[in-house]
Amino acid sequence: MDALQLLTWARGPGLDLALGIFVLGVVWRLIEVYSLGRKRDLAPARQHPGASGLRTVLRRSLPPPGMLKASPVSYVGGFVFHIGLALVVFLFAPHILLIKSLTGLSWPGLPSQFIDMVAVLTMMAMLVILADRINKPVKRFLSTFGDWFAWVVTFLPVLTGWMAVQHLLLPYTLMLALHILSAELLLAVLPFTKLFHAITLFGSRWYSGRINAHKGVPV
Amino acid sequence: MSATLEKGLHALREVIDAPIASYFSSCVHCGLCADACLFHTETGDPRYTPIYKLEPLRRVYEQEYTLLGRVKKLVGLAKPVDDAMLDAWQDLVYDSCTLCGRCSLVCPVGNDIVYMVRKLREGMAASGHTPDGIRSATRRTVEIGGPMGLKWPAVANVLRKAEEATGLKIPVDQPGADYLVLLSSMEIVNYPEYIEALAKIFHKAGLTFTVSSDAFEATNAGIQIGASDLARTIVTRIVEAAERLQVKHVLSPECGHAYMAIRWEGPNLIGRPFRFEVVHVLELLDELRRKGVLKMKDTFKDPLILHDPCQIVRRGGVLEAPEQLIRQVADNYIPVVDQQKWNWCCGGGGGASAIHTEEAEALRAKAFQVKKRQIESAGVDTMVTFCANCRIVIEEAFDHYQMDTKLLGLTELLAEHLEN
Repeated sequence: MDALQLLTWARGPGLDLALGIFVLGVVWRLIEVYSLGRKRDLAPARQHPGASGLRTVLRRSLPPPGMLKASPVSYVGGFVFHIGLALVVFLFAPHILLIKSLTGLSWPGLPSQFIDMVAVLTMMAMLVILADRINKPVKRFLSTFGDWFAWVVTFLPVLTGWMAVQHLLLPYTLMLALHILSAELLLAVLPFTKLFHAITLFGSRWYSGRINAHKGVPV
Repeated sequence: MSATLEKGLHALREVIDAPIASYFSSCVHCGLCADACLFHTETGDPRYTPIYKLEPLRRVYEQEYTLLGRVKKLVGLAKPVDDAMLDAWQDLVYDSCTLCGRCSLVCPVGNDIVYMVRKLREGMAASGHTPDGIRSATRRTVEIGGPMGLKWPAVANVLRKAEEATGLKIPVDQPGADYLVLLSSMEIVNYPEYIEALAKIFHKAGLTFTVSSDAFEATNAGIQIGASDLARTIVTRIVEAAERLQVKHVLSPECGHAYMAIRWEGPNLIGRPFRFEVVHVLELLDELRRKGVLKMKDTFKDPLILHDPCQIVRRGGVLEAPEQLIRQVADNYIPVVDQQKWNWCCGGGGGASAIHTEEAEALRAKAFQVKKRQIESAGVDTMVTFCANCRIVIEEAFDHYQMDTKLLGLTELLAEHLEN
């Protein structure tokens, strides 16, 4: 199989397979998690302004008082890498074309030089938080295979995508094929790794907000 | 009932619900919860990272409720939860967690970590991996009536003394009263002034109250140890007394975990809403303040800070009343940086203060350093709080560090300065 055949497979059957696993996986995991339900709270609720599930969904996107100082790398690195990733994935023109071909939806993208810079920043932030995971006793202590694996499968598509655009190291066709394959790996493992937080964090924040709002505490 | 691993695992399977499944699915091991936990900040030991304390529960969740985990278990790749593991986790689930819930406030993915620790304790209790101190407190509460083994005649004696000191009647088992007053053994034994304060305030407000001879104890060791069946037995006593005496309100004492037990867990334990309203004593006092009943004859002059007990404020939702009340009586109240729902625990809540091993006591003293820093940076000689358990823990810590900071109870402070 040469580079072109690999690219053709990645764009055709490979993409279908990855999307299939991703969609079914997400649906399965959502059912697995949320069908467990929860008991109704029989204690009479207390009202308090600002205490609700939705407010917690929004509030937890920002560092709580004192936390930025306690763990600046987690917050700054985390912000840069999450926002960077979102910009690169959803606002790079070729990605929008792919999404349009799959869903029919389309929106304007950002200039490719800008995306380029964002990709570099994203990778830098990811390297910093990796170093933090290795250096910080708590993070190192908590880390399992899943944490290193999730980092690698998130980093690879950014790296290969950037290298493909920059025509670095490997011929464009092969690098593009590797980029698409790595993105497909990311899609396929997302529902079954900690990357699934991208979806469940909304549910988690909402439950937390709701459970505590019942007691009148905005959390 | 004998505790076995089988029962423990069953209990863990039972407590796992959608929030817990969602929480475990969302954790990215960022470790930020460690920065919110006084047992970690004061020791630097990564074992005390809150989410790590939940590992047995997470493992059961993964192996029982996820496809991948079940496959791993099937092919022998999953490490089962066994007695050795639960034993190794006992100090993480009890000694170094006071259920203070500060970790739940910082998790970026929104995990309510303390919600899960409370549930994990069900499995620890059912499998018999609980500290002796909490186990005996629970046994005394179920068999005798309170965690300290206090019997009614002794309580009646304290009430009689309070009557003599105040010249006011403290009615016992009187039907139709506005309030059924609950107490915690620690108040009865260590801070009987609280009872005198209440008698004065009720008299001043023109409200009627009563104490029940068979349901005076408000604390619930069943909840702290994590045995819902025992917790139900304990809370049922109060429910039966309140309904028999046909009171409109049940007044929770200052004690934080007692408030959690009766106000928030109570109806869920017995499986139905109460036919009376549960009110924390500070909620009542704040209502009286708003009505203008709580007038002061003079004020407390020394500079002071407030220690907000976790289960009343952060976990209980009595957020604003404490500060309003302290401002009513104190001229020089100094708000601390981490106040109200952000306050740091005394280090001995959630049953931890009942654990008297050398390690647990040393850990408690260490964890108190955060409170010590709060007091020192405010530069005050007085701290006011409103939880008998916090008071005992803090007084022990003051002794340990040879601090001569004064510690006062808020209700008593108010009663002392109440207009005659």
